[in-house]
Amino acid sequence: MIAMSTRHILLGLLATGPSHGYDLKRRHDERFPQARPLAYGQVYTTLQRLVRDGLAAVEGTDSDGGPERTTYRATDEGTRELSRWAGEIAPPAPFVANEIFAKVVVAILSGGDPAAYLSAQRAAHMERMRELTAVKAAKGADLATVLSADYALNHLDADLRWMSTTAARLTTLTAEVDAA
Amino acid sequence: MSRPVPLLSASGLTKTHGRTPALRGASVDLHAGEILAVTGASGSGKSTLLHCLAGIVRPDGGSVSYDGRRLEDLPEKRLSELRRTEFGVVFQFGQLIPELTALDNVALPLLLAGTDRARARVRAGEWLERFGVRGQEDLRPGEMSGGQAQRTALARALVTGPKVVFADEPTGALDSLAGEQVMTALLHTVRESGTAVLLITHDAQVAAYADREIQLRDGAVAPLGVTA
Repeated sequence: MIAMSTRHILLGLLATGPSHGYDLKRRHDERFPQARPLAYGQVYTTLQRLVRDGLAAVEGTDSDGGPERTTYRATDEGTRELSRWAGEIAPPAPFVANEIFAKVVVAILSGGDPAAYLSAQRAAHMERMRELTAVKAAKGADLATVLSADYALNHLDADLRWMSTTAARLTTLTAEVDAA
Repeated sequence: MSRPVPLLSASGLTKTHGRTPALRGASVDLHAGEILAVTGASGSGKSTLLHCLAGIVRPDGGSVSYDGRRLEDLPEKRLSELRRTEFGVVFQFGQLIPELTALDNVALPLLLAGTDRARARVRAGEWLERFGVRGQEDLRPGEMSGGQAQRTALARALVTGPKVVFADEPTGALDSLAGEQVMTALLHTVRESGTAVLLITHDAQVAAYADREIQLRDGAVAPLGVTA
């Protein structure tokens, strides 16, 4: 699985102008509300690596009345790298290695109850989809939140459609696995 | 914790179309202000269930009660009055009257209920605005996009202040963005008015707008998950 690239996302946030670690973390968590919030340590380590690789540079320090903070900016090379990454096609991921699929097959192999598992999993998926829909449909939801909820919803929906088809096919599928 | 008495409740509904059983003992409760999604494969009995609950079709067996009244005990005239005053219905294709403008389509249920024409038109305009159909009051259904037509149909279903709206695949003919606009408009409006919605859909992303989901399988409600 291709992990979401924190370094490229930080470079992307720096594309709007110099910023410091705390601000980058805050903006990251706002822009990607469905992603895991970034740890401060991860932000600073990533920024140091970007500087080491010549993709970002220290702009200066500002204290703004509080503790002194280092401000970073993207370098020209960083901007080129961001542009290259943004245009790169992501490989269609081999989602058949998905845990839900594996559990259904294992349930069939071990004489379990795959239909009951699928039904319970469907209920959990629907619950999460209701939460995401509520976030998206809330008055004043910003575009980043809506896009992120859309993305998650469409993937959950794909799982659900697969689960529905599988539930309908279970009789045939069980016969095939048993015969193998 | 005891739940309040449902606004609309059906138990053991059976209905056969010709020789094909559509409902085989379906039971469902709809509470005031609740949005309930009814999902299930084609032919699982979703639309027949809606027709029985809305008093459009009388079931062969079982019982439907609305606000303490058993629908099967009501004469046709009372049932028809109940449908007109307490229920609103939206179908996959809005079934707007093609000769009437958006405004007149929405005003129609009010006119049928005896509201005078001027007031009916003002209220219809307010409801069209709530559903984001502004500046299109004079368009006829053939001149509207699918999304505008469905939002007009929703305004028509809600204009009389019903307690329950029955929506049968209201986004079924729309692309996903137009469908989302229809569902968001419906959600915000019924949350404000406290209207209950029975939402029939085969689309999980539409069902996710509801508070709760039941699945029909072969004419009965399938147990959901293991958390019964």
